[in-house]
Amino acid sequence: MAVGSDGRGLRVVGKPVRKVDGLSKCAGVTLFADDIVLPRMLFCKLHRAPVPHARIVRVDISKAARMPGVMAVLTGKDLPIPFGILPVSQDEHALCLDKVRFVGDPVAAVAAVDEDTAFDAMNAIEVEYEPLDAMMSIEEAIRKPSPRIHEYGDEGNIHKKIALEFGDVERGFHDADQVFEDTFYYEGSTHLPMEQHAAVAAVDPDGKLTVWSSTQTPHYVHRALAKVLNMPPARIRVIACPNGGGFGGKSDPFNHEIVVAKLSLLIGRPVKVTLTREEVFYCHRGRHPVLMQIKTGVTRDGAIKAMHFKSYLDGGGYGSYGVASTYYTGALQTVTYPVENYKFDGLRCFTNKPPCGPKRGHGTPQPRFALEVHLDKIAERLGIDPAALRLGHLVPPQSLTANYLRVGSMGLAKCIDAVVEGSGWKQKFRHLPSGKGIGLACSSYICGAGLPIYWNNMPHTGVQLKLDRGGGVAVFCGEIDIGQGSDTVLAQVVAEVLGIDPYDIRIVFGDTDLTPVDLGSYSSRVTLMMGNAAIQAAERARELLATAVSEKLGIPAERVGFGGGQVFDVEGPERALSFADAVVAAEARFGTIGTVGSYTPPPSAARYKGSGVGPSPAYSYSAAVVELDVDPRTGWVRVDRVHLAHDVGRCINPVLVVGQVEGSVYMGLGEALMEEQVFRANRGGVHRQPSLLEYKSPTTMEMPDVVTYIIEDPDPNGPFGAKEVGQGPLLPIAPAVVNAVYDAVGVRIDEVPVTPEKILKALDSPAKRFGPKGVPEVRWPDPIRVPTPWEGGTGRAAADRRPAEARR
Amino acid sequence: MMRLPRFRYHAPATLGEAAAILQGEGSQAMVVAGGTDLYPNMKRRHQTPKTLIGLRKIDALRGVKGSPARGLWIGPATILTDLEESALVREHYPGLYEAIHSISTPILRNMGTIGGNICLDTRCNYYNQNYEWRRAINFCMKCDGDTCWVAPGSDVCLAVSSSDTAPILCAFGARIQLVSKKGTRTIEAKDLYRRDGIDYLTKRSDEILAGITLPPAARWRSSYRKLRRREAFDFPVLGVAACVRFDGEIVAEARLWLGAVSMAPVEAAEAQAALVGRRLTEETIEEAARLAYPLAKPVDNTDFGLRWRKEMTRHFVREALLEVGPPGSPSGRGN
Ligand SMILES: Cc1cc2nc3c(=O)[nH]c(=O)nc-3n(C[C@H](O)[C@H](O)[C@H](O)COP(=O)(O)OP(=O)(O)OC[C@H]3O[C@@H](n4cnc5c(N)ncnc54)[C@H](O)[C@@H]3O)c2cc1C
Ligand code: SF4
Repeated sequence: MAVGSDGRGLRVVGKPVRKVDGLSKCAGVTLFADDIVLPRMLFCKLHRAPVPHARIVRVDISKAARMPGVMAVLTGKDLPIPFGILPVSQDEHALCLDKVRFVGDPVAAVAAVDEDTAFDAMNAIEVEYEPLDAMMSIEEAIRKPSPRIHEYGDEGNIHKKIALEFGDVERGFHDADQVFEDTFYYEGSTHLPMEQHAAVAAVDPDGKLTVWSSTQTPHYVHRALAKVLNMPPARIRVIACPNGGGFGGKSDPFNHEIVVAKLSLLIGRPVKVTLTREEVFYCHRGRHPVLMQIKTGVTRDGAIKAMHFKSYLDGGGYGSYGVASTYYTGALQTVTYPVENYKFDGLRCFTNKPPCGPKRGHGTPQPRFALEVHLDKIAERLGIDPAALRLGHLVPPQSLTANYLRVGSMGLAKCIDAVVEGSGWKQKFRHLPSGKGIGLACSSYICGAGLPIYWNNMPHTGVQLKLDRGGGVAVFCGEIDIGQGSDTVLAQVVAEVLGIDPYDIRIVFGDTDLTPVDLGSYSSRVTLMMGNAAIQAAERARELLATAVSEKLGIPAERVGFGGGQVFDVEGPERALSFADAVVAAEARFGTIGTVGSYTPPPSAARYKGSGVGPSPAYSYSAAVVELDVDPRTGWVRVDRVHLAHDVGRCINPVLVVGQVEGSVYMGLGEALMEEQVFRANRGGVHRQPSLLEYKSPTTMEMPDVVTYIIEDPDPNGPFGAKEVGQGPLLPIAPAVVNAVYDAVGVRIDEVPVTPEKILKALDSPAKRFGPKGVPEVRWPDPIRVPTPWEGGTGRAAADRRPAEARR
Repeated sequence: MMRLPRFRYHAPATLGEAAAILQGEGSQAMVVAGGTDLYPNMKRRHQTPKTLIGLRKIDALRGVKGSPARGLWIGPATILTDLEESALVREHYPGLYEAIHSISTPILRNMGTIGGNICLDTRCNYYNQNYEWRRAINFCMKCDGDTCWVAPGSDVCLAVSSSDTAPILCAFGARIQLVSKKGTRTIEAKDLYRRDGIDYLTKRSDEILAGITLPPAARWRSSYRKLRRREAFDFPVLGVAACVRFDGEIVAEARLWLGAVSMAPVEAAEAQAALVGRRLTEETIEEAARLAYPLAKPVDNTDFGLRWRKEMTRHFVREALLEVGPPGSPSGRGN
């Protein structure tokens, strides 16, 4: 479509259109999974392990099974087929088979006539365990290879070890004027969606199964159900209900979804499960705790000659997305500032805690935190303003990075300018009175992954349109709105192309029977991928309508325009048909009007093993400036204001964009200042505070003013140039907070969350620092060596693998 | 969803009736006011009373009466919001106002009562967990188990007195009226509490808290400072209540109480004594803070680390006294 790079000519895109699902949500009409009530519905409860690591000796369900009102009791033996989100980590069972791996791992399930009976029955199940040594930290898991938590993985309790080298870092360090090294730790945190996970399963008389669930990934749930239940996918329908928040916590297929499906198949009645808040903490899949070491060689003016990044992830009890998360801790360091030579060593441990996975920013907030604080320190040592340092060394648009990520549009310079200008950075940085601080950080994020989770060469998303004679348009897409506004984006995009009112569009979403596959609401892929597919489908419909109308009006098809609910002659707009009449004309001419569109990301330039993670059709960019106060007597931090500029490519809906920015800032501040998913290692590995009250996350009272600057640098791969905004703006928050704390009171907190206690300890310490002392000794594998584009590389690994040891 | 255990609910219209039911049902029964503490506890199976006696219908248990000159009577079933909005409380007992205003959230304060706050169950990170979690640690001494996980050697439970109004009511020298089938008795607020996380009240299980009286406010100035992670929702991990009566510029009487640092509110007697007969200056305040803070003996059963919480006691005592300020200093610190 002909749209100027400034967005001129757009009628719906770019406008603050009210969310198409907004009124239903405000009026309480939207049906969330837990709102679904079916006749004769039963209630399910899961019996969960009270021990962190143990072999299951015996499960005695007899008492529970005999209780009046109990309809069925399941144990691991009833669902022996393993599953998992990644093909390489099929390590979960719906109910533990032979051992349990964290406090909260489900062992048995009951279905009963009401929740009270189910609760009592769940507690009547008796399980005998043979305890095993538990691994409660990264260090412990590395130190103790046995007992193994899983029988697969790279070695002992190390799930995955990665070593990649792009160019030659030793040469880079040698060429550098100075080399800096820092160690950081990023604590784990959980998503904390308001809606607790819920699922309902029902079976038709003809044996067809329907599962409603609060899931971000109905397609993957569909696949997992088919696998574990050993049923043809054609007999299973998964309906994703609107999510009351997801943030990545509802992106895995979950045991409770499989369990209610199985129970329903067994009993022949609908079965529902609604998790308690405590159980949501056990589902987790949240932010991995990551220990990191970063070594960077720079020239006097701050150009990065070489970087060696090491990350150690605490994965919890299962694989989940963990292998991808591990790669992500090493992937995006290169897309903001050019890194001439880059080396990444990463490992993920299994530990006896709830599994970690993809929380907003998936694997990248941790390394971004390390990198941006590290750069702040480097800038100071080099005597360069941190904003100037970054502005002086930006990855050029339309370029390839050392690890072969293809950067398209790159609006980071405009982002930095906006926050520097808006915050009065130049007057404030290092000039504020003691106790007041200002800090800056930048970041980048993917707009969807270049490759699907399981190998296939089908599109990542599909959109179907059905045009009604009355002028209504039904849009079918497997996407699911998790609150981010994807339904509205879909309506706006289709409305824009067809020139109609977005409220004349009905969205049918997230239903494996009715809608074409969309891989799900994760990795910030929906706007870009679904948006492109929607444009394709809508343009195909437009073409049909244009042909029919051109014949009716006797003008060439190129002269047919769409807008304001009219289909008209652009050279004489008074010659027009209403959109409904245009549909009638098209239907008379072509038959029923339905079109499809789909989207597959462009092939990646990266061809080495491990290059599946990192490539994306486009990268968003953010810059943040945080202004805060630190009380040096108490260590208390109060954030006054956050300036956040985000390059969203093209803003499809400013209210949604600002909402995502503010939500990201909020979540980022939680991680920066208080959130901790932590466990009592000396008390049987229990979660310290699995409740909304005691797991501390900021309230509105802690929320500072947020000034959002929307930067639009349209990307050729984005729909109307749009890029993501759901995750990226979270990334610079934690490092900007830490950098501002340093500006305020002169201490480096190399670890989040930044608590008052840590600040006081740092103020009392000779090094004026709080953070990890070092990283554990690990034998890294020989790296896969990939020559960089500027060395004439092709994106493939070099044939030789130089031994890691010999090169020291 | 976490569900309430089954119970029978009575809603008597008079105090006498309530006391009679309570007496009749014995220790199986409990009273409930707003339920903001009791119901969550019941969902976690901390308390599983067979009978609940609701106080909502008893008009005689609600309201604020009196005057600053004579002192106030407060009905225990008065909701916190009503007290927060009472000009009598706000202007003449500012420390109490601040304590109430700091409790949880406006929504909770619309339900929660001051009586329930005074009788609030003690709290501990090993206790305020649901049944399945507690089973994973094999329960603890306070409920269903034998060991104290905070201090395995301890033979008393160290669960924390977490009521925001308790320390300030102790500081004001409030009196508590307790009514049972057997009769009525009135005790000092400070005598209501016991340094035992399990048996934390001296109130018998058949007694109903029927009134709170505050002494005349004349020449008393007061303040309450609360430490917590967030400015809403959170229980105190430290509360400092200060009431000071002046004679001209000179401190005639000082009461300094610490909340949430022990199983009961703690009186900082030495610090009080150090203030009497002197002016309230930076130096005297600093000295009082130095004397008060060793009394805080936090253990690892609330939010934040213990060393820091102890350190903060000193700081918060200082702040509370600064806020009281000498007479004539600007503020609505009282009379
Ligand atoms: C999320 C959350 C945050 C909270 N934050 C705070 C906080 O910051 N500070 C704080 O102090 N509290 C806090 N609370 C606790 C509680 O809400 C308040 O203490 C409230 O005032 C309790 O009053 P209630 O009427 O709801 O008590 P209820 O739950 O009805 O009763 C509490 C206890 O007192 C007993 N009781 C009540 N009235 C009487 C009476 N007249 N005679 C004898 N016994 C009686 C009950 O039997 C019960 O044992 C919080 C609670 C929640 C859920
Ligand atoms: S202090 Fe000890 S006994 Fe008391 S609740 Fe806590 S763990 Fe239990």
